[in-house]
Amino acid sequence: MTTRVGIEVSIALADAVKLANPDVVAAYPITPQTHIVEHLADLVANGELDAEYIPVESEHSAMSACLGSAAAGARTFTATASQGLALMNEVVYVAPAMRLPIVMAVANRALSSPLSIWCDHSDMMSVRDTGWVQIISENGQQAVDNTICAFRIAEDRRVLLPVMVHLDGFSLTHVIEPITFPAQEEVDKFLPRNNFPLPLDPDNPVAMGDFAPPFIFTEMKWAQEMALRDSKKVVLEVWDEFARTFGRAYHPVEKYHSDGAKVVLMTMGSVGETASVAIDEMRAEGQNVGQVRLRLWRPFPFEELRQALAGAEVIIVLDRAISFGGPGGPLASEVKAALYDQPDKPKIVSFVGALGGRDITVSGFKEIINQGIEIARTGSAREYEIYGVRE
Amino acid sequence: MAKSDNELTWKDLEIGGIVVAPGSASQYESGTWRSQRPTYDFKKCIKCGICALFCPEGCIGPNEEGHFEANLFYCKGCGICARECWPRVITMVEEVE
Amino acid sequence: MEKYAVYVPRLIPKKENLAPGHRACIGCGEALALRQAFKAIGNNVIVVNATGCMEIFTSQLPLTSWRLPWIHTLFENAAAVASGIEAGYKAMRRKGVPLPENTKVVAIGGDGATSDIGLQAISGALERGHDFTYICFDNEAYMNTGIQRSSATPFGAVTTTSPAGKKSFGQFSWKKNMPEIAAAHNIPYVATATHGYPFDLMAKVKRAVNTPGPTYVHILAVCPTGWRSATDTVNRQSRLAVETGIFPLYEVIDGEYKMSLDLPRLRPVQDYLKGQGRFRHLSDDLIAQIQRRVKLEYKKLTEKAKDGTGRAKSKG
Repeated sequence: MTTRVGIEVSIALADAVKLANPDVVAAYPITPQTHIVEHLADLVANGELDAEYIPVESEHSAMSACLGSAAAGARTFTATASQGLALMNEVVYVAPAMRLPIVMAVANRALSSPLSIWCDHSDMMSVRDTGWVQIISENGQQAVDNTICAFRIAEDRRVLLPVMVHLDGFSLTHVIEPITFPAQEEVDKFLPRNNFPLPLDPDNPVAMGDFAPPFIFTEMKWAQEMALRDSKKVVLEVWDEFARTFGRAYHPVEKYHSDGAKVVLMTMGSVGETASVAIDEMRAEGQNVGQVRLRLWRPFPFEELRQALAGAEVIIVLDRAISFGGPGGPLASEVKAALYDQPDKPKIVSFVGALGGRDITVSGFKEIINQGIEIARTGSAREYEIYGVRE
Repeated sequence: MAKSDNELTWKDLEIGGIVVAPGSASQYESGTWRSQRPTYDFKKCIKCGICALFCPEGCIGPNEEGHFEANLFYCKGCGICARECWPRVITMVEEVE
Repeated sequence: MEKYAVYVPRLIPKKENLAPGHRACIGCGEALALRQAFKAIGNNVIVVNATGCMEIFTSQLPLTSWRLPWIHTLFENAAAVASGIEAGYKAMRRKGVPLPENTKVVAIGGDGATSDIGLQAISGALERGHDFTYICFDNEAYMNTGIQRSSATPFGAVTTTSPAGKKSFGQFSWKKNMPEIAAAHNIPYVATATHGYPFDLMAKVKRAVNTPGPTYVHILAVCPTGWRSATDTVNRQSRLAVETGIFPLYEVIDGEYKMSLDLPRLRPVQDYLKGQGRFRHLSDDLIAQIQRRVKLEYKKLTEKAKDGTGRAKSKG
C-alpha cells in the first residue's frame, strides 16, 4: 500500500533501500550519512530487511566489499560522504571499469581541510570522472525515488554500471519532509531480481580484473565510455516507466520558467528549491528570469541542456565546489564547454558559493542573479565569482 | 579464426574485460625462456611423482611408460626437478639453439 | 611392483587449476606454493587475488592462467573483497538463489599486500568472522615491482629500498610477525607452511579452507630472483628456513599452539643466509645478532606450544 509520511530524509532513503531488497549492505559511518546506515542496521536487526550487513572497518573496504558482493551477483548498496568518498577513491574508479552494478548514496559534504561536516559539492566533484552514473536529488522524495530507480538502472543488462545518488548532507539528510512511499509489491514488480551475466561461480569460472598492457587498455576504456554514454537511454526509459507506474516524472534537466527567459540561473541539489522562490519573486517584479536544475550529472545530458538553454542570453551557474587555481565552478566549466560551439553563445557567469554548509537565502539568490546580469553586461577580470566571502 | 592481440576491437572484449576462457593463457610457450633442459635416465625412475609435485609450472606428467617427464613446451629449465629427484634420474643440460 | 605403484604424490589431484604457461620467473617458489595450495583447495572455490606477482603472472588480458572463478581488483583489499563475496553468497543462498553448495572463498596476497598495505582489511575481515581463508604467499619483499622492502623483509636483507651501503646494512627492522597478528584476532585456525614441505602445506591449506570461520595461512615462498639464489635451490632454502628456526612451522588451533616439526637443535642461521645473495654483505656481528634473535623467538614460540596457549606461564 502506498503511504505518505513526514519522515527524516535519511530514514526515508534507508526505507527506500529496504524496498529494493538488497542482498548486501557494506558501509562505514560518516556524518552526515550516519542515519542512513544506522536505520539500515536496524532494519536488518529486526528482520525487516533480509540482507548481510557488513560493518566494514573503512570506506575503502566498504566499496571493496561491494565490488566482491556485486561480482558474486548480489544486489549491493553502500553510502558515504566527503572523506569517506575520498578514501575509497581508487575503488570508486574500479567499480564502473569492472562493470559492477552497485548503488551508493552520497550525502554531499565538504572535503577537508579544514574539517567540515556540512554540505557542499566538493566530494561529488572529486568523483566526477570515475565513470559512475550520477543522479542528483533536490528533495527527500527525489532521494527516495532516485534510490529505487538506481538499482533498476545499475543492474539493467544494457548498463551494468554502478550508480551514485547524491543528496545534500544535512540540508536533505537531516530534514523531515513529506514523502510518498510506493508499496513493496509495486517496487518488487519494478525491480526484477538482480541477474549479473558473468558472476563469480565455480560452475562457470571467469577471471575478473586482468591487467591490460598498452595494446588493449584504450579499448577497455572506450568500452567503458560507450557503456556510460549508452546508459542515458536506459535512464530515460526507467524514469519514464517510473512516471507511469508511480506518477512522478523526472528528467535529466528540469526547467523552471526557463522557456523564453533571457536570464537563466542554473543549480544542482537542494539549493535549487530556495532559488526557485527567488525566481518566483523576481518574476513577480517583472524580471525575465528562469531556472534550470540539473538532475542527471553523468552521463552529462548535452542535448537536453542545450535545448533548455537555447534562447537564453545570460546563464548564471551556481557551484558549491571550487576547482582551485582553475576555472572555479566545475559545473560552470562543463556548461561553458557544452555551449562553446553553439551559434548563439550566451554569456556564462560562474558563481561559487554555499561552501561548507553556508546557506544562500532567497535574497542571496536575487543578489547573485542581479550581480550575474551586471557582470554579463560589463565583463569581469575574474575567471569566476565567489559569493558571500568576507573580505 | 582468433584475432591477434593487436586486432582486438573494444567490441571484442567481454564486459569489464572479464575473461571467460579458463586457463586460456596456457597457449603461451614459456619453454622459450629456458637456458637448460631436463634429460632423463628412466632406468632409475621409480615413478614416484615427486618431480611433478615440485614443478612450479605444473608441466610434469607421466609419459606412456608412466615415467614422469617435463613438457618442454612449458619447461623453463629451473632445475628443481633434477634437485628433488632422489633416484637422480634427471640431469640438467645446457639448452642448445 | 604393484605395492610401489602408488606413491603419495600421485594421489594428489591431477587437475592444474593454475594452468602451465604462466609467466612466473624461472624457479619461482611462489608459483610452486600456489600450485601446491590449490591442489589442496579443489574446484569449489572463489579466488580473490591482491595485486602482486601471482596476479600479474597469471592474468594478462585477454587471457588467464586460472581455471577457477577469480577476481583481482586492487592491492590492499583482497580481504575486503572476499568479505563481500562471502556475504553476497550467504544472502543469496538464504533468498533461494541456486548456488553451488559449500563454496570456499580464498583470498591470496603477497607479503606486501598482507602485512603492509592490506593489514587493515585483513584485520577487519578476521574480526568480523567471515567464513573465508586468507593465504599469504610471503617472498619477503615487493618482488613484482622490483624487489623493494616490505615489513616482511628479514633483518639485514638487501632490497632496492633497503640497500646495503656505507651507512646502511640493509633492512633495519625485524620481520613483522603476521601469523601472530592473525592469531591475536582469536580466529579458529592459523598456520605457517612452506613449499619445501609440500604435504604439510597441503594439509594445512586444506584444514584452513575446511575450518568454518576466518582462517589464515602464512606460506614462505622462496624467490630466487629477489633473494639472489640459484633457481633449483628453492626447496632447499625453504627447508633451511625451517631447520634454522627462522621460519618455524606451526599451527594455532583455537588459540592452542602446536609445532609441526620437532627440532631438538636448530641449525645455525649461517647455513640459510649463505645461500642467498641478499645476505652476502652481512658482517659476523650482524649474523650473530640474527642468530640470537632467531633463538629467542623460537624459544618463545616453543614455550607457547608447550603449555598449549599464548598465556604467560604462572610462577609455581
